[in-house]
Amino acid sequence: MLLPDKSSADDVRRLYQSLRRLRRVEEEVARVYPSDRIKSPVHLSIGQEALAVGVIDVLETADIIAGSYRSHASYLAKGGSLRGMIAEMYGKSTGCAGGKGGSMHLVGPEVNVMGSSAVVATQIPHAVGAALVQKMKGTQNVAVVFFGDGATEEGVFHESLNFAALHKLPVLFVCENNGYAIHTPLDKRWATDRLVERVVTYGMPADKVADGDIFTIRALATERIAAMRRGGGPAFLELHAYRWREHVGPNEDFEAGYRSRDEAEPWMDNDQMARLANMVDPAVRASIDAAIEAEIKDAFDFAENSPPPMPEELYNHVYAN
Amino acid sequence: MSMQTEPPAAPRVLRYVDALREAVEQEMDRDPDVFLFGLDVDDHRAIQGSTSGLLEKFGAARVFTTPMSEDAMTGVAIGAAMSGMRPIHVHIRNDFTMLAMNQLVNVAAKAHYMYGGKVKVPLVVRSMIGKSWGQGAQHSQALQSMFMHVPGLKVVMPSNAHDAKGCMIAAIRDDNPVIFIEHRLLYPTEAYVPEAPFTVEFGRARICTAGDAVTLVAISNMVMECLRAQELLAQAGIHCEVIDPISLAPLDIDTILASAMRTRRLLVVDNAWTNAGASAEIIARVMEAAGPHAGIAVKRMGFAPTTCPTSPWLEQHFYPNPATIAQAVHAMVNGRDTGWAPDPARARQANQTQFRGPF
Repeated sequence: MLLPDKSSADDVRRLYQSLRRLRRVEEEVARVYPSDRIKSPVHLSIGQEALAVGVIDVLETADIIAGSYRSHASYLAKGGSLRGMIAEMYGKSTGCAGGKGGSMHLVGPEVNVMGSSAVVATQIPHAVGAALVQKMKGTQNVAVVFFGDGATEEGVFHESLNFAALHKLPVLFVCENNGYAIHTPLDKRWATDRLVERVVTYGMPADKVADGDIFTIRALATERIAAMRRGGGPAFLELHAYRWREHVGPNEDFEAGYRSRDEAEPWMDNDQMARLANMVDPAVRASIDAAIEAEIKDAFDFAENSPPPMPEELYNHVYAN
Repeated sequence: MSMQTEPPAAPRVLRYVDALREAVEQEMDRDPDVFLFGLDVDDHRAIQGSTSGLLEKFGAARVFTTPMSEDAMTGVAIGAAMSGMRPIHVHIRNDFTMLAMNQLVNVAAKAHYMYGGKVKVPLVVRSMIGKSWGQGAQHSQALQSMFMHVPGLKVVMPSNAHDAKGCMIAAIRDDNPVIFIEHRLLYPTEAYVPEAPFTVEFGRARICTAGDAVTLVAISNMVMECLRAQELLAQAGIHCEVIDPISLAPLDIDTILASAMRTRRLLVVDNAWTNAGASAEIIARVMEAAGPHAGIAVKRMGFAPTTCPTSPWLEQHFYPNPATIAQAVHAMVNGRDTGWAPDPARARQANQTQFRGPF
């Protein structure tokens, strides 16, 4: 297993850059949000970025990902266009879905982001289908699907695990367990928290990372995906994290009563972005940060200045061809 | 000098079930991205024969069974379609597609649109409607109006072997999700079917019989019932224009409208309930287009507004049949119910041969 001390300085720099970029993008989204220039609900990943970054860091461009409505992090980490994402949230014609999908339906075939679904767990079998095609075509590519803890309560999750295991498909199931389905905590939804044990019975390796450590996540993903490329079949990761902001929207919601700041604080103290920031040379970090700020400004300017879709676009793409 | 000439080949007759199989075989031959899956597509029964020989010819990588899992299997098909394949997903009974509605309605229908045209879902969902021999509540439904409701889905219900083949090839080549609903009682019916691949274009209705008395639009198996009703009516000197829409989405309303404007009487007979159904949609579109002064009398027939019972003594009253359809037409032509009924012996003969189990 690859341990932090075996990560190169390049690895750390790259991971920091990605974490910082996702954090700053979403902070900017949150800052702009009250202006109503963003015409889309937003489900922010602030605090959870290390999960997507740690896993996607080991993927190739040809590998495929699918995600949920909380997909800003995975979309960007996979190489999705920041301009395209912000413009999409603004409802502009230059958005990654031409203004027809919004924040919850990010798509980027050019980097093999196959899409993201707002109906919980719905995207899981799509990644399995993509993995089936990789097996049929004999590629070495893998598919990775990201979903929350609530998705594991849906039947389609279990159906997908079974089929993927049966056919030994190259798909990595990544559960981003942040402990809440909207506002309902796990203890009101699960009789036991032995999720990885449940998954193992379908016939695939399953691991839990409960401390959010990006190096552990990356090492596990590296190992599992390497096995998958050799035809080893699917694997499952349960990665714990904490959602710092409200379920949907730009704000914190510790005053709402369903959870406390005390619960969040250990996670904030364990922030992987801050951790990695301290591992990067300050001068290098400053240059990374400056480049990120410039990219974000460019993307928001691009969204602001892009034209809205023409009215006739309403009827375009109902059917293909 | 005499030229040797082959006698013209006799038109080939094929059963509906074999036409389905031939269409899939020809398309799988033509396009390596087509694959066929669903529970039991590869077993010894081969979905009533509609998939026979395909496993042997194309192998288990392209013809394979699945766990039940209709929800996930539909999602797998969508994921494969988004990745460039052309899956055909088979359901032995259409009622099971209800387990796949999230994937069909929320993703298959919408992916091309909500992803701004960057993604396509060329997917065929084959499913079968049952009838008689105790099919009952959960083996007898078409539910096509649920699919028709959703932009992005295409819905086809071919009524004969020729259209079954042509529609299947068109569906496989279509870049959109196509809900392909087959009636089990049509499987043994025969028609002239060209051997070479051909397509039947969606959105073009077929006028099955020309007539001036009533425009009789019939869906799926009800086309057969209406043609039998037409035979009963011919005895009374009434000639209906029987129209088969073939595809319900897209729907060729122009052909139906033109006929209804001529006959001034429109009866739609559906293999489904009338409430919020395809029959309601067809009549609404005709009346909207015809305007308030067209003077078109309209009527719908379909399932009784009950759950389908299993007992044949109840089931016989659940479906429209040639006699009840003929009576309805007769009443429309006469402006009232005169008490006319077709000759009982002929009506019995016209009634569909009962299907016998097991399946």
